[in-house]
Amino acid sequence: MKEINELNLPDDIKYTDDHEWVKKDGEILTIGITDYAQDQLGEIVFVEVPEAGDSFDQGDEFGTVESVKAVSEMYMPIAGEVVEVNEALEDGPELVNTSCYDQGWIMKIKPQNPSDFEALLDKAAYLDTLRG
Amino acid sequence: MRYLPHTQEDIKEMLKVTGHDSLDDLFNSIPEHCRFKGDLDLPDALTEWELDDHMEGLASNMAATKVFIGAGSYRHHIPSALNYLLSRSEFATAYTPYQPEISQGTLQGIYEFQSMITGILGMDVCTASHYDCGTALAEAMLIALKKKKKTKKVAVSALVHPHHRQIINTYLNPSGYELIEIPYNQDGTTDLSALDAMEDVAAVAVQSPNFFGAIEDLTKVRAAADAKNALMVVSFTEALSYGLLKNPGSFGANLVCGEGQSFGISQSFGGPGLGILTGTKKLMRDLPGRLVGRAKDADGKEGFVLTLSTREQHIRREKASSNICSNNGLNAMAASMYLAFAGKKGLHELAVLNHDKAAFLKQTLEAAGFTAPFNTPFFNEFVLKAPPGFQAKRKQLETDKGILAGLPLECYYPDMKDHYLFCATEVLSRQDIENLAKEVRP
Amino acid sequence: MTTPTATTGLIFNEPLLWEKSKPGRCGLSIPTSDVPSSPLDSALTTNGPDLPQLSEVDVTRHFTRLSQWNFGVDSGMYPLGSCTMKYNPKTNEVQAARPGFTTAHPMAGEQVSQGAMELMYNLEQDLAEITGMDAVTLQPAAGAHGELTGMLVIHAYHAKNGKQRSKIIIPDTAHGTNPASASLCGYESINIKSGENGILTPEAVAEVMDEDTAGIMITNPNTLGLFEENIKEIADIVHAKGGLVYGDGANMNAIMGIVQPGKIGIDVIHLNLHKTFSTPHGGGGPGSGPIGVVEKLAPFLPSPRISKTDKGYSWQFDCPDTIGRMLTFHGHFGVLVRAYAYIRTMGKGLKTASQLAVLNANYIKAKLKDTLALAYDRPCMHECVFSDKNQQPHHVTTLDMAKRLMDYGFHPPTVYFPLVVHGAIMIEPTETESKETIDEFIQAFKDIAKEAEETPELLQTAPNLPKVKRMDEVAAARKPCLCG
Repeated sequence: MKEINELNLPDDIKYTDDHEWVKKDGEILTIGITDYAQDQLGEIVFVEVPEAGDSFDQGDEFGTVESVKAVSEMYMPIAGEVVEVNEALEDGPELVNTSCYDQGWIMKIKPQNPSDFEALLDKAAYLDTLRG
Repeated sequence: MRYLPHTQEDIKEMLKVTGHDSLDDLFNSIPEHCRFKGDLDLPDALTEWELDDHMEGLASNMAATKVFIGAGSYRHHIPSALNYLLSRSEFATAYTPYQPEISQGTLQGIYEFQSMITGILGMDVCTASHYDCGTALAEAMLIALKKKKKTKKVAVSALVHPHHRQIINTYLNPSGYELIEIPYNQDGTTDLSALDAMEDVAAVAVQSPNFFGAIEDLTKVRAAADAKNALMVVSFTEALSYGLLKNPGSFGANLVCGEGQSFGISQSFGGPGLGILTGTKKLMRDLPGRLVGRAKDADGKEGFVLTLSTREQHIRREKASSNICSNNGLNAMAASMYLAFAGKKGLHELAVLNHDKAAFLKQTLEAAGFTAPFNTPFFNEFVLKAPPGFQAKRKQLETDKGILAGLPLECYYPDMKDHYLFCATEVLSRQDIENLAKEVRP
Repeated sequence: MTTPTATTGLIFNEPLLWEKSKPGRCGLSIPTSDVPSSPLDSALTTNGPDLPQLSEVDVTRHFTRLSQWNFGVDSGMYPLGSCTMKYNPKTNEVQAARPGFTTAHPMAGEQVSQGAMELMYNLEQDLAEITGMDAVTLQPAAGAHGELTGMLVIHAYHAKNGKQRSKIIIPDTAHGTNPASASLCGYESINIKSGENGILTPEAVAEVMDEDTAGIMITNPNTLGLFEENIKEIADIVHAKGGLVYGDGANMNAIMGIVQPGKIGIDVIHLNLHKTFSTPHGGGGPGSGPIGVVEKLAPFLPSPRISKTDKGYSWQFDCPDTIGRMLTFHGHFGVLVRAYAYIRTMGKGLKTASQLAVLNANYIKAKLKDTLALAYDRPCMHECVFSDKNQQPHHVTTLDMAKRLMDYGFHPPTVYFPLVVHGAIMIEPTETESKETIDEFIQAFKDIAKEAEETPELLQTAPNLPKVKRMDEVAAARKPCLCG
């Protein structure tokens, strides 16, 4: 497993304690799991995603990421409605391992309250949580 | 004691290593107030021949000779080779195949079971087995309720085996779920029109052939389930019927569960049987229980593993799709063997023969004064109304000759007074059937 | 140098049944029809499913070859922790195969079923005595099914008493089936941690036990192989708040004739006849999971119950408070026959079996504790738990050692369970392994630990002797191929 200083944590996105990342693109937020999370889980074999149109509150479980021997829940960083899910994960769950910030994104949402985004962790704050 | 290899010498040496003075000392960590003082009040140990006598005494105190009852447990001929192979201790004395490298025999056998059952039922995925049809059906109801979160009800035909409906009730009750019964028609099939008046349900479940032996119209069941936006669930207790009948998958069933006892498993007073649970590909990850899948080893060699285990209790604990752990693996292996022996030709011919026997039994009893309340096509089992005086005669036949002449239906269906469920399979000869008719003729 | 136990022999590659199929073959004897043909409407029928077509010889060889790729208790020591892989006596198979039993119809009348009913009644009595419980049901089909039955009984008890409760306490050492069974009854699992010595403290229970908690599920001996010494105090705390104590009897093999769970505060317990009572596991069942309960819970047991009267044995259907039916018929009768034969053969010797099971485990613990890191250095019951801590510096894991054991001719222990021990290795030898076999097993582990230091790659690529090497479970799960 990677040491903290080996982790790939881009500067231009936000993070959560539950190891999701959130990227802002106009009105739409893209959500995925961090390099730390994918590394901890190991080889990912299945990603359970919600359906477009589903709405969740902040902190709600919206899906799971599975390796052969473990399941990890994913929690909503901020409240919103799902507008698109990454269909490519159905046949290629390994994309979350190989490209967690790019091809391995999980879903896009329309936030209920766009300003909630600013309250999420930046890279430095996320690193602090990892260092405990 | 012949199962305990320790000599007094061994015990002494081993205690020296563990640092205890006696066997009793090994239990010093158990507080005094928790200890059981005295001897277990059990009968004295028997030698092997004493055990044989005792057990034969019990086994011979089973008086049934000719059985004309099915109702979820069917007598079929079991090939000698099957029991011989099944008793190979490499199969019988292994645990669940957690270590695939040294469990390939179990794994391939179960994979073949999954493959043959999906083929027979026309479904995409079959689990490595459940306890019996009733518990598999209860699990199917829970799957449906999980998929259709907006309702807490399932609609189940009154012609699903009464015991299976009881199990569903037991499983659903504590969670606040509810089973609504769909009544039956004058022709001995499910009255699907009753669904129109019902509120939303997560599943529409029928048994086919149903408890009365009648073959349900599954096209109509599919339409009824669609009208309710519910899952279509089909169960069966006589697996052999699908050697002849169109399979439920071809009618678009979402979940099919059944009893596989007819596939090479002895009746054994009702258990262990073989719970079959199958689903469409879409429901693959919702199916509880073990699944065997193909895999390659480090050298690229083909083999099999247990797979998709994240659904299961040992990983997901309180969030697991079910609590099932041990299933009825060895009986799935028996079914795998049975279907391999029977093959396409054998299973079909046997199913045809079974139907012919049952049809002959029905005609013969009708000629002896019984009447048929329904004229719907059936498989192996059917309902007849008995002539006056039959109840006492039936009791006498059972007591005096060990002949079980049909199952009285009134205790399950109060409006079915004097109606009996009869069954015939290939093990009954024409002579057996004609003898019965002679005995019961008023 | 002694001759190693494991070697390779002549085994066979064997394809799937379909690859051996030839149209026209059949391995089943079909009786000649002695009745007129009566075809069903062709709109309802087909020509039969597409099954492989083989002769009896083909099928016999197929499954014989498959069996040779398997490891069972009859092949060698199978120290799978928490699974009690003891020897499965052959006479049990003979008893269960008696035609009077195998051909018995479950819905036949009482009068023609007395033999089977007597056996069941006797077995209930025996299990009640062994567990110290007041009433037993034989209906549950397996351990987890027994747990569910027990939880349903607890649920029904609280319902009857007027107020349902919403939570259940489960220690972190519990089998995964415990929380899963509780969830099926709608209970929320409240997980509590064991104390530093691997034992549950009364304080930890008192902290969470309240009047909205239905009770506690506790395995004793626990999955660390340790006796829960505070069981009575814990039971008192739970009972004082109106809760009930569920005992997971998976580890009953340690305490037969030594502790009667019913007398130390346990209200419901399930037994695994396929563990403690020597019935074969069958490569994943069928098992049997009877439960025993204290008197006040007896009315809630599944129906029908069996009773003994002057006229013989009869079914009791009139059970107004019953949870209902758990299985289509009377339980896994074929398994019950085997367990009954075992109890009759052992008699009071069951206590000796438990004593020797505990002796064997303590012996392994003493002999291996300098080789493997011991999770808790305390007196153990019938199993002991180690970890791979000592091997970590050599980049050798529990899994590597487990796989390497196969090359030495042993089935691996349970690994990575209980979850509270990182890299757990849980060894349960059972009483039916001899000192010689156990010594060989200990030596194998010592040799493997040495290999871990000197030639770790040997372990990381193990096993080498079995038919296949380590399987790619990731690829199997990513693209599941489950039939065909």
